[in-house]
Amino acid sequence: MRAAARSSTAPGPRGPATLANLGRLLRFTLRRDRWGILAWSLGTALSTVAVPLSYVGLYPTEAQRGLLAQTLSSPAAVAMMGVNHAVGDYHYGAMTAHQMLFFTGILVAVMSALTVVRHTREEESTGRSELVLSAAVGRHAPLVAALLTALAANAAVGLALALSLGSVSAEGIDWSGAWLYGAAHVAVGMSFAGLAAVAAQLYESARGAVGASLAAVGLAYLVRAVGDVAGNGLAWLSPLGWAQATRVFVSDLWAPLLPAVAFTALTTAIAAHLNSRRDMGAGLWAARPGRSRAGRALRTPVGFAWRLHRGAALGWSAANLVMGAMYGAFLDDIESMLAGSDVFERMFGSDVFQDLVVGFGAVIAAVMAAIVAAYAVLAGSRPRSEELAGRAEPVLSTGLSRAGWLGSHALVVAFGSLLVLAAGGLGLGLAGSASLGDWSVLPRFTAAVAAYTPAHWVVLGVVVALFGAAPRAMPLAWGVVGLSFVVIYLGDLLRLPAWLRGLSPFEHVPGLPLEAFDARPLLALTGVALALLTLGLVAFRRRDVPA
Amino acid sequence: MTTAIAVQGLRKSYGKALALDGLDLAVRAGEVHGLLGPNGAGKTTTLRILLGLLRADGGTVAVLGMDPWRDAVALHRRLAYVPGDVELWPSLTGGEAIDLMGSLRGGLDRRRREELIRRFDLDPTKRCRTYSKGNRQKVALVAALAADAELLVLDEPTTGLDPLMEAEFQACVREAKSAGRTVLLSSHILAQVEALSDRISIVRQGRVVESGTLDDLRHLTRTTVVARTRLPADEVAGMPGVHDLRSEGGEVRFDVDGEHLGDVMAALAGLGIVTLVSRPPTLEQILLRHYSSRAEGAHGREATTA
Repeated sequence: MRAAARSSTAPGPRGPATLANLGRLLRFTLRRDRWGILAWSLGTALSTVAVPLSYVGLYPTEAQRGLLAQTLSSPAAVAMMGVNHAVGDYHYGAMTAHQMLFFTGILVAVMSALTVVRHTREEESTGRSELVLSAAVGRHAPLVAALLTALAANAAVGLALALSLGSVSAEGIDWSGAWLYGAAHVAVGMSFAGLAAVAAQLYESARGAVGASLAAVGLAYLVRAVGDVAGNGLAWLSPLGWAQATRVFVSDLWAPLLPAVAFTALTTAIAAHLNSRRDMGAGLWAARPGRSRAGRALRTPVGFAWRLHRGAALGWSAANLVMGAMYGAFLDDIESMLAGSDVFERMFGSDVFQDLVVGFGAVIAAVMAAIVAAYAVLAGSRPRSEELAGRAEPVLSTGLSRAGWLGSHALVVAFGSLLVLAAGGLGLGLAGSASLGDWSVLPRFTAAVAAYTPAHWVVLGVVVALFGAAPRAMPLAWGVVGLSFVVIYLGDLLRLPAWLRGLSPFEHVPGLPLEAFDARPLLALTGVALALLTLGLVAFRRRDVPA
Repeated sequence: MTTAIAVQGLRKSYGKALALDGLDLAVRAGEVHGLLGPNGAGKTTTLRILLGLLRADGGTVAVLGMDPWRDAVALHRRLAYVPGDVELWPSLTGGEAIDLMGSLRGGLDRRRREELIRRFDLDPTKRCRTYSKGNRQKVALVAALAADAELLVLDEPTTGLDPLMEAEFQACVREAKSAGRTVLLSSHILAQVEALSDRISIVRQGRVVESGTLDDLRHLTRTTVVARTRLPADEVAGMPGVHDLRSEGGEVRFDVDGEHLGDVMAALAGLGIVTLVSRPPTLEQILLRHYSSRAEGAHGREATTA
């Protein structure tokens, strides 16, 4: 009674009913995210500004920069960093955009997807949005608030990038370029925010929606790589391709960002449409009845862990198979591209093409292994999410020991890593041999990617050790993946010291098929992984659950 | 063995927040023991220590003669636990979750599993993500009750169940007791504890403040008396142990402490009793008396809502 009387005197929600109380909700989501937004903005801006500042010292003369530009026009480099729009005049602005745009672009894409899913599907699957939607909150208000929060986060990152780059005084870096550079990041981020909003409608779990969004980011990077190497315009299908097409710091074109605006509007409209057609808590697909009894496999600890990890392991394997196949499919493009160059042929003879293709395969294997290292962290963190969700407690109060439970998860994820990497190698090998017409490369490329399995095990070992000893610090495991990525991606360009490179487990894996196979570093990595795993198991035995 | 659970001086703190402050608990083998207390009193922390999930900061704990922290696995094979907030694996069906828990405990009785599924009216083919809270609770209950466990540890096991299912649950606990099992039942549903428990411990602010049979506890608290006497009974007001005396229309109504009940009755008899109604204290009154004194005893601890 009292509540009814009060609500009639309180100011009613303004705007359309489906967006009722949007403003209040938005203030709340922004408040929850404010420190995260600050961290993303500072992190992105600082790591970006560090690049031109260090390049001024590393490549002071135009001749040195020209040489670098030439190195970076190899197909492998184009696949990784994109097209160099300023081969003739490779100034610091062009260098920064060429080498950093995809790197930070992928970061803001991931940030945007995580933000949108966190405020939509995660709220819904935990039941919190039931509480919110039962208040005078419009049906679309949480979705729109999530997208506007993503917009605010992207705007903050874009602004931080523009202001920090604009104030760098180095040849080729100016304010108009800096503003466009920031805007390009907002465009990439919002494209993936819209895509994540759609994924959040389709998947019943936040994990599924995040997985699909991250897969879309990977696909966008890959499509652009294929398009850039083949030069066939395929890159225009990727938001990262739109950002690249601005030729920022070289020609400063704003028009290529228009597709991003249209794409964001379209995905937002699709998400809103799906949102108004489904029940709260439901995904697009209805649940079917399942078995009334557990099969024999589910009754063992390892079988139980496999059941929880099965979907992710198979999904990542399939995605990696496709990624490998896409890289493999344009290996003959590289061969013909190089073959077309008389200079190369006269200098090295035609035998050298085979070596160059093989060298390219070694680089691709390293990149693929670094990308899917995310699997080891995500799947390795599963025991933590089980613990936080309250699902570890009932299992750990049965006859299953803590070491047995955690060890089963680790064993299954270790196997999953092998599966994911072998699938990627198989894709690269199959498509590569088909496009080159040479089946001898199939086992070589498969082995090249699969050889990174012990490096993934070390990443997994770090995750398990943190879970046992300091579960709240588990996000630090991403640092190992991030460092490995930087070492593979920019290690040579930044001339990182050997000890820093040595911290990346990937650095110790022989670069097959270019380098010779050597089992010793792989065994050493496996030993490190086992030591970390043991540390995690022992520490987990000694701590509280839940902690 | 006569003692199933023996706990002395149990202490546990989370950072600066003190959860258990010298808790003592004794559960005899074969009894149903009720653990009562408001939210935040330390019930769940106590159960988690008894299961070896949390490590005690101090005190001694023995469950079925074992140290739960050191012998967790051996102990777990002999008990079954139902958490207060049952979370299940969204992609597994209810039937799979029951079998999974059963096999991890070391087997469950097939016939009893089917019977319990029927009695609790559970659809085991549904995925756990589609279950309501009550249905998730049923999955955990079926898994625990179908296991061959000597000890059942139940943490507010029926929150979310409807009254029919509550009755079924009480029948199951009685059957478990007659089969010789020990049950530790944490709850704040008074009627459930009153109906099921042989003995009760009341937890408040990390200590057991009262422990015994319901009769023992009644002895410690006040009985409500309504009497009509031939001579005026106002003089009873001055007797030790008498509280809140009101008289109207020749009838007196007062509360009297358990240990003074005999003296007061003798005095009333001397005044010539015409009618007499005496009501034993309900568990609710016992609890309210303990809970409401919370404010007095709280020295700087965080206030909890009951």
